[in-house]
Amino acid sequence: MAAVAQPGATTVVQQSAGGNPWAGPPEGENVFGMITQNVSRLTEAKPPRAWYVAFAIALALLTMFGLSLAYLFYTGIGVWGNMVPVAWCFDIVNFVFWVGIGHAGTLISAILYLLRQDWRTAINRAAEAMTIFAVVCAAIFPGIHIGRPWLPYWMFPIPNQMGMWPQFRSPLEWDVFAVGTYATVSLLFWYMGMIPDFATFRDRSTTKIRRIAYGIVAMGWRGSSRQWHRYERAYLLLAALATPLVLSVHSVVSFDFATSQLPGWHTTIFPPYFVAGAIFGGFAMVVTLLVPARQFFGLKYIITLRHIELMTKVILGTGMLVGYAYGMEFFIAWYSGSLYEGFTFINRLFGPYAWAYWTMIFCNVVAPQIFWSRKMRRNVWVAFAVGVIVNVGMWFERFVIIGTSLARDFLPSSWGYYVPTPTDYTTLGGSFGLFFTLFLLFCRYLPTVAMAEVKAIMPEAHVQHGHGGAH
Amino acid sequence: MAAHRPEGPPKLLGVVAEYETPTALVHAAEKVRDAGFQHWDTYTPFPIHGIDPAMGIRPTRLPWIVLCAGLTGLTTAALLQWWTNAVDYPWVISGKPFLSIPASVPVYFELTVLFSALTALGAMIVINGLPEPHHPLDLKERFGRATDDRFFLYIQARDPKFDESATRALLESTHPEDLDDVMEDQSSPAGLPRPLVIGLAALVCAAIVPFVLFVQARQTMTDQPRIHMVPDMDFQLKYKTQKASAFFADGRTVRPQEPATIAVGQLDEDEHLHHGRVEGEYARTFPSALPVDEAAMKRGQTQYDIFCAPCHGLSGAGDGIVSRRAQDKEQSMWVPPTNLTQGYLRRMPVGQMYELIGKGVRNMPAYGPQISIEDRWRIVLYVRALQRAGNATIEDVPAAERGGLN
Ligand code: HEC
Repeated sequence: MAAVAQPGATTVVQQSAGGNPWAGPPEGENVFGMITQNVSRLTEAKPPRAWYVAFAIALALLTMFGLSLAYLFYTGIGVWGNMVPVAWCFDIVNFVFWVGIGHAGTLISAILYLLRQDWRTAINRAAEAMTIFAVVCAAIFPGIHIGRPWLPYWMFPIPNQMGMWPQFRSPLEWDVFAVGTYATVSLLFWYMGMIPDFATFRDRSTTKIRRIAYGIVAMGWRGSSRQWHRYERAYLLLAALATPLVLSVHSVVSFDFATSQLPGWHTTIFPPYFVAGAIFGGFAMVVTLLVPARQFFGLKYIITLRHIELMTKVILGTGMLVGYAYGMEFFIAWYSGSLYEGFTFINRLFGPYAWAYWTMIFCNVVAPQIFWSRKMRRNVWVAFAVGVIVNVGMWFERFVIIGTSLARDFLPSSWGYYVPTPTDYTTLGGSFGLFFTLFLLFCRYLPTVAMAEVKAIMPEAHVQHGHGGAH
Repeated sequence: MAAHRPEGPPKLLGVVAEYETPTALVHAAEKVRDAGFQHWDTYTPFPIHGIDPAMGIRPTRLPWIVLCAGLTGLTTAALLQWWTNAVDYPWVISGKPFLSIPASVPVYFELTVLFSALTALGAMIVINGLPEPHHPLDLKERFGRATDDRFFLYIQARDPKFDESATRALLESTHPEDLDDVMEDQSSPAGLPRPLVIGLAALVCAAIVPFVLFVQARQTMTDQPRIHMVPDMDFQLKYKTQKASAFFADGRTVRPQEPATIAVGQLDEDEHLHHGRVEGEYARTFPSALPVDEAAMKRGQTQYDIFCAPCHGLSGAGDGIVSRRAQDKEQSMWVPPTNLTQGYLRRMPVGQMYELIGKGVRNMPAYGPQISIEDRWRIVLYVRALQRAGNATIEDVPAAERGGLN
């Protein structure tokens, strides 16, 4: 099935008000040309005012992030609310949150590619970009929370004057390898997918700067079929490699908790539970980003309602998996007969952090249920709103797991209550600034949609057999 | 750049045909393939399903290369973890085996994937001959549409089957939109633009700077105090034992014990059990409150293996792993732990050895805070056993077992 509405069949197109150079129906002699035009104009025309406004906001948040980090380095970890017994909080919550977001991209590109879900082509590029940017945000947090931020190279097996090596039996070390590999492979996957599209930009360029810049990144790609053959094989291999990788990353992240002995962390359900949560949160973020993107950037012709609807279905499905995991945690806490496990979960429901727990339940379990209705699935703004709610919920999920378990563990005499400081909030908010800045730059300068891939699944791309040439 | 311009008319490099649909291209490709051409290619905006057989492209060997890379990654991960954590720096982690395969699996997996993925992209680029800055077809204005919406077929003149008119006729018969000769590029090859070259050179120079600074820092000394980043890690808001206190009148942070008080559990009134002495002299017997039996010996052994063996060695010979490593590293300040089976220690009263464990002796730290009173006595008991074993003669072996020793 085609991902793009047929040229003739495209519903009556509303020329959007304000002369948005990015909106309006694309032009071109044929469907292929139309796709090229629809995607390329985003980088060729001057963007509408909305882009500048969004970019200014994102930059402001990014500045706030920079200032928060400067303050942190200038003063120390004491600027955060972390205090024994809650020695891990926003820093690790944010890390897990962002890594989780980063799952949908590679999932869409790799797993859906192997499953031959052609609809992915319309959204995979943006989702991959989102993955990279989310992983960038995530990687910052372990770096800044180590307290001695000039020593993170100790995490890597680099021969050194101390004669010491990293400790490979620690899940935190596995994390270094898992997240590092994931970031690298996602980047390769993303870049490789963009090579043919960079070539398109290069060949359309009207200025010398564009020609050189896109020319360098396109590496002289000209679409030779002999090259396409190897390219496709390499892409398939990358997809096959990335698939187990996606599942492994959040599993390894969950080991950071599961291999410890803290009640509420020490459970075997964590790896699948974290992976389901990551896909859930990641898809929610894709919807949150793509609904406005298609609305304002004239991508409606490529990212159709069908795509939004399919994504909401994934959100509904993974949301129920997550809900099941929440329930199963309670069952196991009771079934284990462990006093501390039992207490931890009752404490989540009714303890001092009950507000966080119920927020999480509402956002992650209750809100997505609206997608049982087809009408709601096809209403982009409902999808957008639920996407935002789920993101909030997934952040709270990590907060509940990390914060509540640490605040009240075994000894009542050492219980505590974690209160974030303003710097905690500005760091969290600021990381969104980094994310949105990168994403907006991506929308402006890089191919937001995998043009070559979308073209390849058009009905016009299929070779008709039996009769001669096109004439 | 005054490049050398070739003389004479430009050479014919080949012919290029343009098609509007993938179908037309595939049919044309089949004809060219059947005509037996070798040096030819098609150019398309997206991969066309079915073009490989139509052109006779054989499957690439890329997957095999990636397989090798994956196996290399796996081997690297295995060797890395084994060498670093089991051989070069045997790291005791909660008594787990040095080489524990289950704990190594995550890194096995990650490096396998990492090596394969880097190779998949790298090999694709290399085998495809990228980056390829110049191509004869670039001169054709229309060829830019090969990455947009048109399909091209290019036969090179260097193909043995190439014949200017016959090849043209062959392509003509495939009904191309456009058919054109490709000529040698006679203009001087455009180099990289100047600003770009300068920019790149500057970048390379800048990239060297951090390394130069590293090397300089490693080679030189400074009398400046070190820079404190994240200062509240170094200067924590807490009272340290020997620091002055502005709060207490006597200015001391550590509070002296209130006179005539005893902390809970520190009455220590049994001179023999708690202080290892009998009437002021070191005790030569074990306190009567503690049974001296098999269980006490076993407990003594476990505690000795945990607390003493890292320095004094499992047999008490003074060859524990900490000491051996310090000697391997040629640490000149290292005082080797004493051989516990020596004569003067065999004669040392048990009460003295008990006290020495709790309070430390010369360079050996005190273990009182870590080891309970009872366990200190049991360790002494076990040290006695080690001393006996370390100086044993054949007479000590039960007659029935002697045959097994040669
Ligand atoms: C950190 C390494 C270390 C550990 C652990 C250690 N020792 Fe020692 N021990 C030493 C060193 C070093 C000396 C020699 C001190 C000196 O001569 O300055 C020593 C000396 C001794 C002596 C001889 C004292 C003397 O008067 O000559 C005895 C007995 C002894 N240790 C027993 C023990 C026992 C029992 C334990 C376990 C509770 C233990 N040590 C744990 C390092 C250690």
